[in-house]
Amino acid sequence: MQLSDIESGLRREIEAVKSGKLSRRDFIHQMVLAGLTAPMAAQLLMHAGVAHAQQYKSAYKPSKRGGGGPLRVLWWQGPTLLNPHFATGTKDQEGSRIFYEPLAAWDTDGNLVPILAAEVPSVANKTVAPDGKWVIWKLKQGVKWHDGKAFTADDVVFTAAFAADPASAAVTIATYKDVKVTKVDTYTVRVENSRASPFWADPLVGTAGMIIPKHLFEAYVGAKSREAPTNLKPVGTGPYKFVDFKPGDMVRGAINTDYHEPNRPFFDSIEMKGGGDAVSAARAVLQTGEFDYAWNLQVEDEVLKRLETGGKGKTTITVGGNIEFIQLNSADPWTETEGERAHPKSRHPILNDPAVRSAMSMLVDKQSIQNFIYGRTGIATANFLNNPSRFVSKNAKYEFNPDKAAATLEAAGWKKGSDGVRSKDGKRLKFVFQTSINAPRQKTQQIIKQAAQKAGIDLELKSVAASVFFSSDVANPDTYTKFFCDVQMYTTTMTQPDPELFMNQFVSTNASSKANKWQGRNITRWVNAEYDATHQAAESEQDPVKRAAMFVKMNDLAVGDYTVIPVVARPRVAGMASKLNAPLSAWDNDLWMLRDWYREA
Amino acid sequence: MAGSTHASPIDKPASSTGRKQSPGSEAWRRFRRHKLALVSAVILVLIALSVLLGPLIWTIPINDIDFSARLAGPSIKHPMGTDDLGQDLLARMLYGGRISLAVGLAAMVIAILVGVLVGAIAGMSRGWVDAFLMWLTDLFLSLPQLPLLLLIFYLFNDALKKWVGPETGVFILVVAVIGGLRWMPVARLVRAQFLSLREKEFVEAARALGASPTRQVLKHILPNAMGPVIVAATIDVAAAIIAESTLSFLGLGFPPDIPTWGRILFDAKDHLDIAPHWALFPGLMIFITVLTINYIGDGLRDAFDPRRVL
Amino acid sequence: MSQYILRRLLIAIPSLLGISLALFTVLALAPGDPFGELAANPNVPPEVAAELRRKFGMDDPVLVRYWSWFTAMLQGSWGFSFVSRMDVDQLILQRLPTTLVVIGSSQLLALAIALPVGIYAATRPYSIFDQIANTLAFIGFSLPTFFTGILLILLFSITLDWLPFVYRADIAETGWRFYWEHFKQMIMPVTVLGLFQAGSWTRYVRSAVLDVIRLDYVTTARSKGLAERVVIGKHVVRNALIPVVTLVALQMPAIFGGAIVTEQIFRVPGIGSLLISAMLANDTPVIMAVTFVFSILVVFCNLLADVIYGWLDPRISYR
Repeated sequence: MQLSDIESGLRREIEAVKSGKLSRRDFIHQMVLAGLTAPMAAQLLMHAGVAHAQQYKSAYKPSKRGGGGPLRVLWWQGPTLLNPHFATGTKDQEGSRIFYEPLAAWDTDGNLVPILAAEVPSVANKTVAPDGKWVIWKLKQGVKWHDGKAFTADDVVFTAAFAADPASAAVTIATYKDVKVTKVDTYTVRVENSRASPFWADPLVGTAGMIIPKHLFEAYVGAKSREAPTNLKPVGTGPYKFVDFKPGDMVRGAINTDYHEPNRPFFDSIEMKGGGDAVSAARAVLQTGEFDYAWNLQVEDEVLKRLETGGKGKTTITVGGNIEFIQLNSADPWTETEGERAHPKSRHPILNDPAVRSAMSMLVDKQSIQNFIYGRTGIATANFLNNPSRFVSKNAKYEFNPDKAAATLEAAGWKKGSDGVRSKDGKRLKFVFQTSINAPRQKTQQIIKQAAQKAGIDLELKSVAASVFFSSDVANPDTYTKFFCDVQMYTTTMTQPDPELFMNQFVSTNASSKANKWQGRNITRWVNAEYDATHQAAESEQDPVKRAAMFVKMNDLAVGDYTVIPVVARPRVAGMASKLNAPLSAWDNDLWMLRDWYREA
Repeated sequence: MAGSTHASPIDKPASSTGRKQSPGSEAWRRFRRHKLALVSAVILVLIALSVLLGPLIWTIPINDIDFSARLAGPSIKHPMGTDDLGQDLLARMLYGGRISLAVGLAAMVIAILVGVLVGAIAGMSRGWVDAFLMWLTDLFLSLPQLPLLLLIFYLFNDALKKWVGPETGVFILVVAVIGGLRWMPVARLVRAQFLSLREKEFVEAARALGASPTRQVLKHILPNAMGPVIVAATIDVAAAIIAESTLSFLGLGFPPDIPTWGRILFDAKDHLDIAPHWALFPGLMIFITVLTINYIGDGLRDAFDPRRVL
Repeated sequence: MSQYILRRLLIAIPSLLGISLALFTVLALAPGDPFGELAANPNVPPEVAAELRRKFGMDDPVLVRYWSWFTAMLQGSWGFSFVSRMDVDQLILQRLPTTLVVIGSSQLLALAIALPVGIYAATRPYSIFDQIANTLAFIGFSLPTFFTGILLILLFSITLDWLPFVYRADIAETGWRFYWEHFKQMIMPVTVLGLFQAGSWTRYVRSAVLDVIRLDYVTTARSKGLAERVVIGKHVVRNALIPVVTLVALQMPAIFGGAIVTEQIFRVPGIGSLLISAMLANDTPVIMAVTFVFSILVVFCNLLADVIYGWLDPRISYR
């Protein structure tokens, strides 16, 4: 599909929303299907001046603060520290989110919701530059830190500088290093991007935007940042005050009676317990009611449905951008080139055959995987099955058809041997297929293996402990970035609202290799000139619609060549007590709106 | 403690009529009289035969996914029922049984051999040999198992794969790791027995008669020290079968689709309330295997024990 | 004897050093990286992760790292967790009470079951009681703890709704309710672990008593007219205890770090779960500290066992 066609298609859609022919929600949904994120889609609309019609509407009912008793939540990975800028993984972000707040947060439709900001910046109010190069945030007044001091612009400026300082080694550094935050007055800050970016809502927003108090951290900047006592005893502006923390086990908070929103929070205390596994977490909420909320239930839907029959709780599904996908290695992991396996210059002798790639894509029985393993928690990717035809090229066929796969292979010269495995020119169709340890994933592997067997491909299954698979240890051959095998599978997380970072994982210069200690994002070592060119253009593109069109095109290219085969979309699955009312968002932390949580009578 | 003098008047064995019996055949005769041990030996042989030959008779493939027959209870078509992907459990039990039994027995043999060796040497010698061996035992006891497992697999997996092929390579690693981390209690137990036994009169008598230390150990002390060793052996078989499933839980050991008994038990644990048959069969088989090995061990000990009247 | 004890104690120190070096080397060589999550995060540039590694001295050679760990230990600083940014000794102390109470009770329970049952079964070998005890013991150690744990949870928490199954280290209630709530949540983990342990210990006790009970001096004691209770209590048990002492001494250190599966299932915040999560996150200071304490316990418990042998059986001499 031509880039210009995609672009004009996008513009037509935006016009349709503007004129009311297409609902905002449908537009955003379509953008997500095409590979973008909801926040980005919402920004497109904002840029085009589409009115912020569907704001986040709070469903909060209670009319007074407190009295709700304890709130018990279960995270089966317990937080290990409580400073959001040092968070290693969402567990630490969520633990911090109980106490800290950002200027604004993303709701599930991709709208910005002001938290510590007085209002959302917009071009119309002259608080955002038309090219996104500067943003003015007006802060809410009268907000107090948990120790009584006032929240001012100084804290915001300090947070940005803290995160941007390389000596602090903050994990949020990428968001702040190219950005300058200055104080305009006590309740106004100005954010300047070093380069024009249509996506200006990254700093100070969401998980990377939690503001920390200057008066408690200023003695601990740079190298001393890790010794700050506030790291373990957070003082924030959030609805709950810190009480106790046992790393890996439990975080406790008590109601903040000076909270800056009226009548909130509902609960008198919060306890976040960590540890254990997903299934027992589901049981604790859905069957025994010992807990009110459990995060990320990576459990077979069968099991979840059974647990729900007791009526004590329900499973909530929040659709986001995460996709479980399979990667095919473009490099050769079995021979050493220049002393390195899967060298970006090497080419896989079998997997570069388009017939083989196309056959592999026909062996993934997404429907069965959805029906019998993931259920509601894994939707056979709408991304490429029933997607708006105007954005995806006609070549990308995703059907489950082992016979057709066999026929494709046969036609390309792969003949079946006596052991049922096809070969050609002495090369056997045998692949090593790895993934992390996770019951649904192992089952998915088995289903794919069986289909592959029918088509004459032999898959050797390998499962690696998650902490090893997802690590970056240079010495370990089993990490996903090393990809020292033929096929692997995992979930991409699109937690960052801007897909640019997500998309650079297919650029050939980013190929993961020894030279960059396998930190390169292009794990499949895929090389495609058109993709590289489009990505380069997108980096400097000012027009958000053109830019979005480029992303759609890039997505199409990557998928069309079968370098990645999407399996199922993985929405966020959580367990909630039936009387609990808790707004969730797939584009931010689960606790993004903790202040609005309440229990119905 | 094992002792020296007889507890009761010796019943004259059949050899009093003049026929000469070698100790081996005498032991076998006595073993045969121990009914429980005999039955257990027969059962164990049956289990071994069925896992070896069973797949030739029951030919349903182990990974035949059949979504329409998920979590079905036992029936004619699936005598042990099916799991949540519709795979036949009997076929999987037969296939996995080979590995589980082999791993269980091999790991147990390694643990016992190494443990008895170290314990005997430590118990017999004094001074620095004993101290060194006990230091070694303490070191192995202190080692954190998980990092050690990861390290060993990471270091040796590829090399072994190239040398003997993937399945055998993994098997060797798994057996070495499980057996290699279970010999320490056996060593301590054997050493404790030796410490007390070597002071007893019958050993002193043997020494006075000129028996070399090796002979003292092999003929006099060791047979009397076997009590705890046999108990350890049976416990080790069960522990080894379970440990193998823990290894695959961590991504080491056999691939996740190989249905060893421990693995089936592990996969079944989340479905206990609606599909108890899935966990029942592997649990039962592990239990029976352990039971039979134990009774065989009891029989062996009684067969070799001259004081026991059989 | 006292010479022997002194000698062993003196040897214990270099032996612990040797063990700590071996432990450290194993940990240093094992694959895994505490900063893995950082590298997987596209927001974090590689320089940041590299800087962190340099700061924690992770790229130095093994012996250098060992030396700095060792000197820090001598000064009383047990290290700083990579993952939690907290002092390791604080982390351990937070979890110590729970560990001692829950895991300790399970070992006591196991002993309290194994001794009487094992002894009684041995006095009546192959009787009904013995058969039942044996069968239960076999079931005990053939079934892994993850299985019995879930079975108990299904029965007592879900079906009967009598007991909570998520362990909470801090309970708000006071007075007798505090103890009652603690007791309720302790029953299942203690039972699971205790029964598993009791299974194997019963078998050992029975075997040891059987070995002794057929000996001459027991017959002599009986023929002297002593009550059976006295015969068993004073003559049999003392001599049968040597293997039992060995086992208990081997098992004691496991209280500190061994009950990993049970702690995971019931979410008991003990040192075992600290160890496993530190291992999975490759948080070397925590692993090193816990395993070092573990090795100290191992060395001293085994030394204690050796001393007790001498007391139980006076003929044992250590020359």
